[in-house]
Amino acid sequence: MSIIEPASSQRVVPLPSETMAFRAAMPFVTDGGVAIIPLDVAYQTYGVLNAEKSNAVLVCHALTGDQHVASVNPVTGRTGWWETMVGPGRPIDTDRLFVICSNVIGGCMGSSGPASINAATGKPYGLDFPVLTIADMVRAQAMLIDHLGIDSLFCVAGGSMGGMQVLEWAANYPQRVFAAMPIATSARHSAQNIAFHEVGRQAIMADPDWQGGRYLETETRPAKGLGVARMAAHITYLSENALQSKFGRKLQNRDARTFSFDADFQIESYLRYQGLSFVERFDANSYLYLTRAMDYFDLAAEHGGALSLAFKGSQTRFCVVSFTSDWLFPTSESRAIVHALNAGGASVSFVEIDSDKGHDAFLLDVPDLFATTSGFINAAAKARGLAVAS
Amino acid sequence: MSQDQLVAPPATRVDLLLIAGLVAEKSRVLDVGCGDGSLLMLLRDRRGADARGIELSQAGVNSCVARGLSVIQGDADTDLSAYPDQAFDYVILSQTLQATRQPRKVLENLLRIGKKVIVSFPNFGHWRVRWQLGFSGHMPVTENMPHAWYDTPNIHFCTLRDFVNLTREIDARILSATAVKSSGAPMRVHAPWWFWNLFGEQAVFMLERAS
Repeated sequence: MSIIEPASSQRVVPLPSETMAFRAAMPFVTDGGVAIIPLDVAYQTYGVLNAEKSNAVLVCHALTGDQHVASVNPVTGRTGWWETMVGPGRPIDTDRLFVICSNVIGGCMGSSGPASINAATGKPYGLDFPVLTIADMVRAQAMLIDHLGIDSLFCVAGGSMGGMQVLEWAANYPQRVFAAMPIATSARHSAQNIAFHEVGRQAIMADPDWQGGRYLETETRPAKGLGVARMAAHITYLSENALQSKFGRKLQNRDARTFSFDADFQIESYLRYQGLSFVERFDANSYLYLTRAMDYFDLAAEHGGALSLAFKGSQTRFCVVSFTSDWLFPTSESRAIVHALNAGGASVSFVEIDSDKGHDAFLLDVPDLFATTSGFINAAAKARGLAVAS
Repeated sequence: MSQDQLVAPPATRVDLLLIAGLVAEKSRVLDVGCGDGSLLMLLRDRRGADARGIELSQAGVNSCVARGLSVIQGDADTDLSAYPDQAFDYVILSQTLQATRQPRKVLENLLRIGKKVIVSFPNFGHWRVRWQLGFSGHMPVTENMPHAWYDTPNIHFCTLRDFVNLTREIDARILSATAVKSSGAPMRVHAPWWFWNLFGEQAVFMLERAS
């Protein structure tokens, strides 16, 4: 969610998502060694797959995103979360590319997650759902891509947690990824980011309505805890400058301080709204599982301790993007990725885009982001023999 | 490599053509300080090179990536150490050496990364520079060095002769050396170093590691 609400949030009929169910014949086993049967992967597609199946783009969503990248979200009624980047005439142009976006496993928009029914008990999994990794999410996506009959993806793109999936794809399936765009992301989650996530998780678990994760069985939910988690996290998605210039010390619908703990300040009111609207669309246990997967992410550790080994000999073309005011995934994290790619001999473009919008910049209207990514995608399309946008 | 709308602009700079002429077809090339990507485009489109770049300015990188070039935002002083040994057939440092903080270290890194290194720089030994400093008594400002002393990015000027001395110190072999006249045309006649050092406005060297 952004500090500036999308203007066109009118309710339009959402596209239905497809769901692929992988049953016992194709068991899914997590990095933690637990089988999830059946495993559902809910996904959305846009555009048309060409006869050669060479124009498929996989978009990976961030922590609180979903498969509705460029179509109305059926829960919120809002436009897709990346319509600035994906759609007709956009950098990821659905007039000539076939775009796939799936809800990550562990999520709560149709893919298997802690709110799904555990076949063994007939009740929601809750904390019996296995703890996941980013690699698990990507392996489930690869099974979906197999199911769609696609050998090689033209591009895998995503920001934040989506960028982690992009890196995992490029490292684990180098033959299947022609071009990769990891945006505002990192090859390993930092101590500071793990710390913020832990605050969010503790807020959820401290809510009595969480009930050890079994809240769905009593049809309650830990709205207070999840709301606080979202409020704390939301601050990390913005920049100090953006907060100061939008809210400053302005008071909320009042002329003076009330000498109470009401939301006197606009920023308080804004954060409370963010917390409230989030709990209506997100499952608290999913929040625990997805933040944990990000915390566990350390691509170098998965590849013998050196990040360059993860990309050694890669033929994939990379476009790495960071934003100046992003202090959650600062440019130094992107630079570490770029150095590793160079050390591995990969073809890489990298730009740090000047923006005061913080981490959220990757979701917002940032013309430099569109210029950079369009140029990269057009050049990659030409190299792959696809039609290039005029 | 297909010829398309991305061919080099008609008024391609003479120094870029000179450098492109030193690069063998289908080579792997890294241009350090690649600006808006003009040289990279020339190398890619006319020499069929696998051309990559490093550029400090966001505007430059944006322009390069939008033209489909593999360019990273970075800096010769800090971002060369990540590249493996002999990763490129050619590494080019065009009009950038004098703006680096540690020219010697940069040059050593270039010789490590590239099998051949092409360096071009403005010659501080040119007679017009000497005249401005020696007779008028102020820091030279010329067409090649257009900045006043207080706002120049160029912090490590050298003369052609200084550069030759540095190549000896860092164990580099000079494969070719061309001085460029004020007009931009290369000085093709064989002349002694003192002559080049006095009349060459710019120099283009091609180096490799001696050992």
